[in-house]
Amino acid sequence: MTAGYLSLTERDREEMLEAIGVSSMEELFAQIPAAVRLDRELDVPPALTEAELFRHLEELAAKNAHAGVELSFLGAGIYDHYVPAIVDTVLQRGEFLTAYTPYQPEMSQGVLQAIFEYQTVICELTGMDVSNASGYDGFTVAADACFIAKHHTGRSKVVLCETLNPQLRQVVKTYAPGFGLEIVEVPHDGGTTDPERLAAAAVGAGIVIFPQPNFFGCLEPAPDLAQAAKEAGALAVAHVDITSLGVLEAPGAYGCDIAIGEGQGIGNAQSYGGPHYGFLAARSEFIRRMPGRIVGETTDLNGDRGFVLTLQTREQHIRREKATSNMTTNQTLLSLGGLVTLAWLGPQGLRELGETCMALVGYAAERIHLPAAFDRPAFKELALRTPIPARDVIRAARERGVHPGYALGRDVEGMDDVLLVAFTEKRTPAEIDRLAGVLAEVCS
Amino acid sequence: MELIFEKSQAGRRAGRVPSYGLPVPEVPAGLARSTPPRLPELAENEIVRHFTNLADRNFGIDTGFYPLGSCTMKYNPRVNEKLAALPGFANLHPHQEDEGAQGALELMWELQQILAEVAGLPAVTLQPAAGSQGELTGLMLMRAYFNDRGEGGRRDTIITADTAHGTNPASVTMAGFRLEKVATTERGNLDLDDLRAKVNERTAGLMLTNPSTLGLFDENIVEVAEIFHDAGALLYYDGANLNAVVGISRPGDMGFDIVHYNLHKTFSQPHGGGGPGGGPVAVRDALEPFLPSPQVVRDGDVFRLDHDRPKSIGRVRGFAGPFGVFVRSYAFMRAYGPELRAMSETAVLNANYLLARLKDAYELPYDRLCMHEFVLSARRLKREHGITALDVAKRLMDYDIHPPTVYFPLVVPEALMIEPTETEPKERLDAFVDVMLRIAAEAADAPELLKDAPHERPVRRLDEVKAAKEPIVKHGFGDAAREGALRAAGR
Repeated sequence: MTAGYLSLTERDREEMLEAIGVSSMEELFAQIPAAVRLDRELDVPPALTEAELFRHLEELAAKNAHAGVELSFLGAGIYDHYVPAIVDTVLQRGEFLTAYTPYQPEMSQGVLQAIFEYQTVICELTGMDVSNASGYDGFTVAADACFIAKHHTGRSKVVLCETLNPQLRQVVKTYAPGFGLEIVEVPHDGGTTDPERLAAAAVGAGIVIFPQPNFFGCLEPAPDLAQAAKEAGALAVAHVDITSLGVLEAPGAYGCDIAIGEGQGIGNAQSYGGPHYGFLAARSEFIRRMPGRIVGETTDLNGDRGFVLTLQTREQHIRREKATSNMTTNQTLLSLGGLVTLAWLGPQGLRELGETCMALVGYAAERIHLPAAFDRPAFKELALRTPIPARDVIRAARERGVHPGYALGRDVEGMDDVLLVAFTEKRTPAEIDRLAGVLAEVCS
Repeated sequence: MELIFEKSQAGRRAGRVPSYGLPVPEVPAGLARSTPPRLPELAENEIVRHFTNLADRNFGIDTGFYPLGSCTMKYNPRVNEKLAALPGFANLHPHQEDEGAQGALELMWELQQILAEVAGLPAVTLQPAAGSQGELTGLMLMRAYFNDRGEGGRRDTIITADTAHGTNPASVTMAGFRLEKVATTERGNLDLDDLRAKVNERTAGLMLTNPSTLGLFDENIVEVAEIFHDAGALLYYDGANLNAVVGISRPGDMGFDIVHYNLHKTFSQPHGGGGPGGGPVAVRDALEPFLPSPQVVRDGDVFRLDHDRPKSIGRVRGFAGPFGVFVRSYAFMRAYGPELRAMSETAVLNANYLLARLKDAYELPYDRLCMHEFVLSARRLKREHGITALDVAKRLMDYDIHPPTVYFPLVVPEALMIEPTETEPKERLDAFVDVMLRIAAEAADAPELLKDAPHERPVRRLDEVKAAKEPIVKHGFGDAAREGALRAAGR
């Protein structure tokens, strides 16, 4: 049995072999030496019909404790935000879904204009001049930023705040040997980064990356951190939560050179961690060091407006070993989901989104009788101190149908008794009451 | 067409966010947003119309024939979209404990098994987000391997073919290696003499795609592998062209030590206008300890993420990889089963059929049977009629066909790189041949038709030089001063 994705009939095959001038399929593969030809069938599971396939994957999906099964307050980088229905409407259009990178602009004005609009909204949110067409995710864009900084400043020292998502720091460390980077990490003080401590670490650095809000949910003194980086001659890079940018200041407004972040919270499912999109925006002087695709406006033969991939001399297919990145495939479809969602929210909706997250944090702080781990304002996540290890709290709460959050001890030493609880606009006060009840029960 | 910002009216809106009647806390001084972002302000129906109109100005596989060489634009099965959207997959949080993610982990583990069998190599990481990231991962694995053997400082050079994808040299630089290029013979194989002269104790490895970007299988691959292995170096297989050989020939059997797959090419993940993709990497046993962390493993009937990997290069992206991509590729492979071989056979048959029918009207630089793609040259049209590969490409658009890849590989002047894929019916192939022959005739009879093409698209030929010289990379909202500053900085 063969999947119904092939179109040739037996007669087609015969006619085609004849036109080619060979007598068999075997002859087509004569150029492959016999020694490296597979002389048996692939040892893979048998073929399934579409109905069987659906049942098989439904069974696998049913083994997962997803958000529809337990009431989840998990966050720590990926969030259960509402995805508007029209995102699917747009993304499932075959002209977007099944197109390739728009190398032929006259054939691809739709996606090119959409990317241009995406670049514009990312610049608007971050207060930057230029955005690329998206990166792999919110962590790899940090490595991209380090690459820009190394080439711009000639300095290889990278300063990372320990309040950044640990996975981001792990990705940068993986890339560091190839880039020739030396990494310094700045510990937190009471849940946020002390600007003076950062200033001391930033001496001689080419780049400083700090989060806003941070991995513990706390608001950092971001303008002071940016200033400390700048005074040391390093590029100031803010890793921001895209859903916060309706209420929190744009990184460009407090002097950052580059803004990066994960786009998942705007327009994308959680999907066990991917695919999502990373955004990277910068001040105009970095335009020629940007990694990945950039779309630019131009005119056609008639003088009408049109859009093309531009500044391609930065890119791997032109510049090869001198390229500013090796990126080809990016995350266009996911970033299109982001654009559609931002258009749907508008400026008012994005502000409401941020406000509701903050309001729910405030409500939860009143209702849940566990002490906050840090005495700092929070955006949409609250770090709570638990009387027993947070892992045990999670186990007990899940038995009651509630996933109460993330055990910070999984990543951060000395924080085994801290539970990080996320509140998106989808969590209702009633659900928070339920969480509070369960936590009271399992922590008593 | 108007930008979405140009359709915006202050005060109009689509989505609303629940407030639950709760008081809104104040953002601390100095941290609050001072100027609202100028996001579009439209009601929902106009947003849908905007993006529908944009879709109408785009071309996908669903629209028509898309023989874009090296990109493998095959049909994207729709059942895969429904499967990836199952709530148990789409709504699963990546920090969910392993015991609450057994279905996802089982799917990933099974996918690893199938990919390992296809590559003929035992260990697979799914983490890389794209083939290009897979390449970088593979090179980092090489570095870790040689460091572990105490040869790290010495082995600093990677060899690529002069026909290689641009990603290869770019990845080599990003991974901190030196690049050396090896020539291709007139038959399209690697030049073994050139290779022997360049491989030495400083060589860390070779990056090669086989079949090559010329669409040709390197007939000397066994000797090539020997040359590198004798020198203690490793072979990296760029899986961009894997669609030609699945079930027919395995990179591991050819002697490659590291392989990346492009799930979006070979295993049908929709390309999405430029992404997402997936770039898993398979390796020999000796390289397994260095694979990225975490790794999906199976203990009896239980699947888990193994973070305890002391020799690992670390993490190359967030979480366990682009999971939604895995669902689609796994579903695709399960729909074929062992008959995945028929996929590659048909891709090769389709390509050779087009080659046979087009080689007389266009020049064929390497006159051999091809694999799943082939390269023609418009050199003769240029010499005789002043018509370039780009003119041919633009004229194809008027016939509702997406152009092939042009001007790549770089070693072929006026290159047109054609890949029909296995999913196209013979009627589409014949129609494409008819159009290509007609364009060759037009080049002689009415060359201006080609030079001014396309005539039938929403825009005429676009000025790419202008876009690069004076970059306008976002909407200016009528703020000419800011746009001017950006243009100046770009120049």
